[in-house]
This record gives sequence, C-alpha cells and structure tokens, in this order.
Amino acid sequence: MNKITDELLRIVSDFTGTFKGAYNIREDGGCAGRRSSEHIRLSDLPDRPGLRIDIDPDTRGETVYIPACVTKGDINDVTYNDFYVGAGADVVIVAGCGVHTEDGHDARHNGIHRFFIGKGANVLYKEKHIGTGKGAGGKVIDPVTEIFLDEGSQMTMDTVQLSGVDTTLRTTKATVKARAKLVVRERLLTDGAEAARTDFDVTLEGEDSGADLVSRSVAKGRSRQEFASRIRGNARCTGHSSCDAILADRGVVIATPALDATHVDASLIHEAAIGKIAGDQLQKLQTLGLTAEQAEERIIQGFLK
Amino acid sequence: MSLQLEHLAFGVPEGGDILKDITLTVPDGRLVVVTGPNGGGKTTLARTIAGLTAPTAGRILFEGQDITGLDITGRARLGIAYAFQQPVRFKGLTVRDLLEMAAGRHLAEEQLCALLGQVGLCAGEYIDREMNQSLSGGEAKRIEIATVLARRAKLSIFDEPEAGIDLWSFTRLVETFGDLRRTGGGTLMIISHQERILAIADEIIVIADGRVRAQGPKAKILPTLLADERASQCPIGKEVTVQ
Repeated sequence: MNKITDELLRIVSDFTGTFKGAYNIREDGGCAGRRSSEHIRLSDLPDRPGLRIDIDPDTRGETVYIPACVTKGDINDVTYNDFYVGAGADVVIVAGCGVHTEDGHDARHNGIHRFFIGKGANVLYKEKHIGTGKGAGGKVIDPVTEIFLDEGSQMTMDTVQLSGVDTTLRTTKATVKARAKLVVRERLLTDGAEAARTDFDVTLEGEDSGADLVSRSVAKGRSRQEFASRIRGNARCTGHSSCDAILADRGVVIATPALDATHVDASLIHEAAIGKIAGDQLQKLQTLGLTAEQAEERIIQGFLK
Repeated sequence: MSLQLEHLAFGVPEGGDILKDITLTVPDGRLVVVTGPNGGGKTTLARTIAGLTAPTAGRILFEGQDITGLDITGRARLGIAYAFQQPVRFKGLTVRDLLEMAAGRHLAEEQLCALLGQVGLCAGEYIDREMNQSLSGGEAKRIEIATVLARRAKLSIFDEPEAGIDLWSFTRLVETFGDLRRTGGGTLMIISHQERILAIADEIIVIADGRVRAQGPKAKILPTLLADERASQCPIGKEVTVQ
C-alpha cells in the first residue's frame, strides 16, 4: 500500500503498521491486504465489489478491521460489505474511511454496509472518517448502513468525523427485533464550507426492543449540518434520540426529529438542543487562566470526546 | 495591600446603579467576608473584581497594579480566582479536566483526592464524572469551589459557597477555609451570610444598596450584624434604627 494509505489508516483505524486479527485494507478500489482469522472469514462478494464477512457464533473478544482509503482524485469508489455475525458472538468491527486528493479532482468513497446480527450477539462498530489534502477536489464520503438485529442482540455504532470531508451523507437504517438494542453515538465537526447530512431510520418491531441515538456536533465556519432521525415504535419498546449541536461563526444546523408510535406501549423521546457555546462556560475557563480561544477549543474537545 | 477598589461603580440602563462609589481595601493574606442583604451588589462586586463585569467608573488595583482594563484571563494569570455562585455545567468536561485546567498541570490521583476531600467529596466517585446536569446542585457547587482551591491563587473569591451545600459538607468547607487562612493560602474573599463563616473572618465588609455600609475587624462588625438580626425586618440598607 502507498504512503497516504498508511497515514490515513493510522488516523481512522488505530493502525500501527499492522493489524491484530482479521482485516481487509481497501485502497483506491483495490485490495491492499487481507487476512482471515480462525473465527472471522473475509471473502469477495460474487456479484459486486466488496466483502462478505462471516463471524462464527460465540466468537468473543476479536476485532476485524475493514478500513477503506481513497488516496487520489478522480476516483469514485463504491464498495459493499455484508457482515454475518453469528449468534452469541461479541466482537468489534473497525471500519474507518479516509479520502485524500490534491490533484483538483474529487475523491469519493461510498461504503454500503449491511449487518445481519444473530441472536444474542453484541457488536461494537467503530467508524472514523477523515478527509486530507489541499486543492479544489472534493472529498466525499457517503456511507450507507443497514442493520438487522435479531432477538436479544445489540449493536453500538460509534461514528466520528472531525475534519476535512467536504460533503457527507450518512444513511442508517435499522430493524430491531425483540429485546434487541441499537445504540448510536455520532460525533461530527464541520468547518469551512463543509456539508454533512445524517439520516437515521430505525424500526423497533419486537417486544422490549430499544434504540438510543445520540448525536453531538459542532458546525463552524460556513458549514451546514442536517440531522434527520425517525424512530418507529411498532411494539412495546423504548426509543430515544438526541441531537446536541454547538454553533460557531456562521455555521448552520437543522435538526428534524420524527417519532412514529403505532403501539400503545411504545415509549419514544426526542431531545434537541442547538446553540453557541454559553458565555458563562467561556468565562469559567477564562477564570482558570485560559484565553477565550483556548476555552472554546477545550469546550469543543470535551463535547466531542 | 492585595486589593484596592477606588470609587467603583456599575450600572445598567434598565436596572439603575448596582454598585455606587465603592472604595475599600482588602489586606494581604486575610480572610475577608463580604455580607449584606440580597440584591445589595455583592455578586456584582465579586464579578467586577474577577473581570466578568466591567465597571462603569472607578479603578481596581491588585498588588498595586491597575487591572481595571485587564480581561478575565489576564486577571486569572495575575493570581485572582473566582468561584461562581451558580456552578457552570459542561457536557463532556470531567471533574478531572476542570481541576487540571485550574491547576495548570496534570494532577496525580492523590492530588485530586486531596482537592475533592477539601470540599467533602470522595474523589473516586467524581474525578471521571462529567461536570454536567447529572450532578446535584450541591455536588456541582463543591466541585466549583475545588476548581478555585486547585488554583492556589493569591486572591480567591468565593460567592456564597454555602449555597445548596448540606450541613456536613458545609462543616468540612468551613474547616478548609480556616485551614487556608492558617496556612497562608493567599487572600480569601468570601461572600456569605453564614454565621459560621463570619465567625472565622479577619475582617467583615457589609455591602448594602451598592455601597460599603461598614468595614472593619470581625470583633467590631459582627456584634452589630447580630444585633440587626434581632430586628423584625432586616434593617441593613433600609435605614432602620435598631432600638
């Protein structure tokens, strides 16, 4: 793999020159390295670009890495990854994405991920996005995630995008069966003229299913963010979504929550708070000796931690 | 002299004059309690000294230097610390983050424990908690006070440290103020109505209706306050003569 991929991997997927366990490194639409483990097998999809990832039932404590990097302009990489997580497995999936261009042409990555999570399985899914490189070429990441949670399973999506991606559209759809739970923690920072849109659509269709979607974001410069979430409660269930955004400069945040309850025992909540950093927060840190700029930086750093 | 205020005034168009020609001196290394009726201007006075509120007239001198034009950060770096009356909450910043920012350095576990112990909190339960709405009013207040203790400032101002704090924690806090006074923990200015805090003061300043009503050693001022307390209405600032 090339040097840019190496650098991007270190940012998005805790790469230290090697991965421990199963992995696949996608570089500019090709494969720059792959390894399966005893319990986690990676193979090409027969009909489309991308991977099939099979995780054996009751696999525990393993991590699989599937980072994707675009290292130059004029590339529009589309990949499909299907995860089949066996019943009772407890694993971590790391799927970082970095896009780099400095030749004036756009670098794009669209990862379409589908998760079929078996009964009682537990998955922590970590996804970090970054854009690097100067020039007029756009850095675009449009991830699509579809999640099917079988009875008693849980998936925690931990997503981070902190700089350099010009436009992103994140689409996440989930269907949650009985006693299963989806947890989403999204952290997003946009600056300059960047634009980010997040669409969540979660259907709670089993008894005692649950969803907890929490988005924390900061919109600086002239950037624009849109957060749309829809939780459908079709059974006795609990759903919570929260959009918490800090505005700075001329940033724009639009939050559009929706809750559809079609069952009398569906309990759905949405919270949204958008505003600039409170004056007393800046003042408090200034009384500790920080400048106004240092105070703002620390508050944002803590907020997005 | 640690702090000198000369003809300090502050007013707002809609609220009239909140501070009116305040002149006073806070001597070095003393524990000074500022007291007086609600709405008399005590918090505004404290905020003006810390730089959170700009005076409309007058001068503030700290260790002989005119700091009237200095911003909050500049004053903090000179050695002025201020514990807010209403603790500020932060989503994402932990108690450890705030105490380390206050100290200006990394703090070892035992140092964090010592600081939180001074305000009656058990460190293990708090150091990695966020300073957010999940903390009760009394917990947040004590952490706020700990951030000022962590600064080891030349002048520490505490704005009603007793507010919202339970009896047991308050006892610990009074001990802490007493310890600081005894061990040369800088000059302390405490805004308070609490008799037990007044009792450990070197000096008492009574602020009422935006003015210094009285200032002097505790032995001189405290008896007059206790006499006032026996009146049916608080007479301070209301020009009522106690019979």
